[in-house]
Amino acid sequence: MSPVLAGVLQLLALIAALALAYRPLGDYMARVYSSEKHLKPEKWIYKAIGANPDTQMRWPAYLRGVLAFSLVSVVFLYLLQRLQGMLPGSLGFQAIDPDQAFNTAASFVANTNWQSYYGEQAMGHVVQTGGLAVQNFLSAAVGIAVAIALVRGFARSRTGELGNFWADLVRGTVRILLPISVVAAIVLVACGAIQNFAGIHDVGQFQGGSQQWNGGAVASQEAIKELGTNGGGYFNANSAHPFENPNGISNLLEIFLILLIPFSLTRTFGQLVGSVRQGYAILGTMAVIWIGFTALMMWTEFAHNGPAFEIAGGAMEGKETRFGIGGSSIFAVATTLTSTGAVNSFHSSYTGFGGGITMLGMQLGEIAPGGVGSGLYGMLIMAIIAVFIAGLMVGRTPEYLGKKIGTREIKLAACYILITPALVLCFTAAAMALPTPGNSMTNSGAHGFSEILYAYTSGANNNGSAFAGLNADTQWFNTTIGLAMLLGRFLPIVFVLALAGALAEQKPVPETVGTLRTNKPLFTGLLVGTILIITGLTYFPALALGPLAEGLAS
Amino acid sequence: MTIMNTSLRNTGRLITAAVRTLLVLTVVCGVLYPLAVTGAAQALFPGKANGSEVKADGKVVGSSLIGQSYSLPKENPDDADEAARADLRWFQPRPSNGLGSNSVNTQYALILSGATNRSGDNAELIQWVKDAKAAVVKDNSTATHQVKPSQVPVDAVTSSGSGLDPHISPEYAELQVHRVAERNALPVGKVDKLLEEHTDGRILGFIGEPRVNVLQLNIGLKELMSRPTS
Repeated sequence: MSPVLAGVLQLLALIAALALAYRPLGDYMARVYSSEKHLKPEKWIYKAIGANPDTQMRWPAYLRGVLAFSLVSVVFLYLLQRLQGMLPGSLGFQAIDPDQAFNTAASFVANTNWQSYYGEQAMGHVVQTGGLAVQNFLSAAVGIAVAIALVRGFARSRTGELGNFWADLVRGTVRILLPISVVAAIVLVACGAIQNFAGIHDVGQFQGGSQQWNGGAVASQEAIKELGTNGGGYFNANSAHPFENPNGISNLLEIFLILLIPFSLTRTFGQLVGSVRQGYAILGTMAVIWIGFTALMMWTEFAHNGPAFEIAGGAMEGKETRFGIGGSSIFAVATTLTSTGAVNSFHSSYTGFGGGITMLGMQLGEIAPGGVGSGLYGMLIMAIIAVFIAGLMVGRTPEYLGKKIGTREIKLAACYILITPALVLCFTAAAMALPTPGNSMTNSGAHGFSEILYAYTSGANNNGSAFAGLNADTQWFNTTIGLAMLLGRFLPIVFVLALAGALAEQKPVPETVGTLRTNKPLFTGLLVGTILIITGLTYFPALALGPLAEGLAS
Repeated sequence: MTIMNTSLRNTGRLITAAVRTLLVLTVVCGVLYPLAVTGAAQALFPGKANGSEVKADGKVVGSSLIGQSYSLPKENPDDADEAARADLRWFQPRPSNGLGSNSVNTQYALILSGATNRSGDNAELIQWVKDAKAAVVKDNSTATHQVKPSQVPVDAVTSSGSGLDPHISPEYAELQVHRVAERNALPVGKVDKLLEEHTDGRILGFIGEPRVNVLQLNIGLKELMSRPTS
């Protein structure tokens, strides 16, 4: 069997697995967020928190909950790293420097997991397991909660009430993320991922002498790192490290986990707005972009253009033998079209176009299928823009899901889509204009520029992957990428929740013959077009200077 | 004044709720969850959960998941910069130019995983690939068996993502058979047969890529040599 065919079959297997999980998981999640009952452990948690899970919140209160919880999380994670030297179970690792601790705290709370540190030589058990992995759960649960709040905005009328943030946060964690993670972590161990608290210890070698390993709770972190589209590796090599991703099966499982919730949430959305077909139209849009990008990635990586790859006879630099080009390409697209940023191969050593595809995937806003929760709300914002454009073309007041898209709604949606490009392009321009940031580049020319463009694209879009030749552990990059991650996460959330509030207050507009059918393939086509055109117009000049220049030269 | 007091009190209440939530969920996700998974993993798959250690002659000689280098002893053991020379009696792994050494916390000699992150048009990478190719051709050509540059597979001249890739392609292993046989005074057919036994196909026929585990192949080779010739 040729490697290309094997790659295609792996992609088909993945699609089949996701399709099987789509309905049961999507329906289950819809029940989780609409059920009136609280589970027993949840009641204990609410008691310990001192919050009433049945209080309905309007959007400002919901937003205050999100922001207060995230602020507390950043401070806690920062302090945990700063105090590392004094904590037990830290394996003798010292406190993380202030700028790097800020960057890492911002990164994990913003569901980004950009890492300017080397996991195995910087973070002990307490920070990894009790700090970073915890935010892998909680930042993911926050993302889903915000998406559900927006969906409730569409589903509810003549009320401003969007649900209870604490209940949504706890339910997402306890009923969705934890059970799937437990099962996935044990399967990963069965494949060979490690799960122990051995710490740093010596292991004998074939020719005598020894090598030093850092043993920790890797599989448990790996599972939620993918499921919560977080991406922060226990080890520096992330999911390329054999202890995180030991074989072809674990590789497919990890890609499956990355895509599982973001795709299935479209079913949840359909259920909650009372029309699963509306969910299918959104799912179709995500799937078309995802499959298209994966096909393009496989094509360019198998074609291996670029001087070094042509001499070598293939684009295997930075890729593992056990995954090959196929398994690496599928992973690279899944991780950059979601907000994951885990890598099983190193994007900086992809072909020029391959690197461009990873960047463009993030620049679409990570909506195909996107991060857990953030993918759905990002896509719904795009749907609002698409409906608005369609409305302009026929001269009708646009509506979506029975809600008018008026001035207020379109302003909020427009603010949402302007934030990340503004952060990416302004910070990239500043880094290029200043004298010192460029010293962090490993590669020169177009690829050197790409390293910096990639870094801010990844940060502001909350992805976390990197063209890792860039030495990002400088005060400039730790600070600016830290800010890009926080602003790129929480400003859009402000607009999403404000929009949710505005929608929930409206009374529904009856559907007429003139209403754009947003549950049909035609709408999917319109939405794909809108997404590609908006992103293309925004980023084309920057992409032309980086990956396009590199790809066309080879 | 009272409005400010109320809003301050509300903010205080909100922050308290946030702190409590974080602490409770940290116990659930950061303590109970990893401990439960560790317990299950250690009970069900202790070997794998602890790093898939491989033993030879009763001694641990590494992990089936972590690549090793097979080099000659250093000429000057105190010279940290001395380039490693491949011990050509053993099957050689992929290059690992991206593999770093611990520079942050030097009390440990941890292996630091990582890639080169060089782009396809990077001059250094082009040179590494050229050098590696020349070395593979030179090392693997024997008096009776000449290797051509076009026969060198891609994994023989590129570094992996982790720098710890435990595998090489069956093609690269095959390329090394003549050299390994000659250096160990073994018949080529015997080494070929050993390689065949250690070649893994794709899982279920389509998942992953065909590969050879270098450590296990070398352990097999060692056993082959210690066995009396039949």
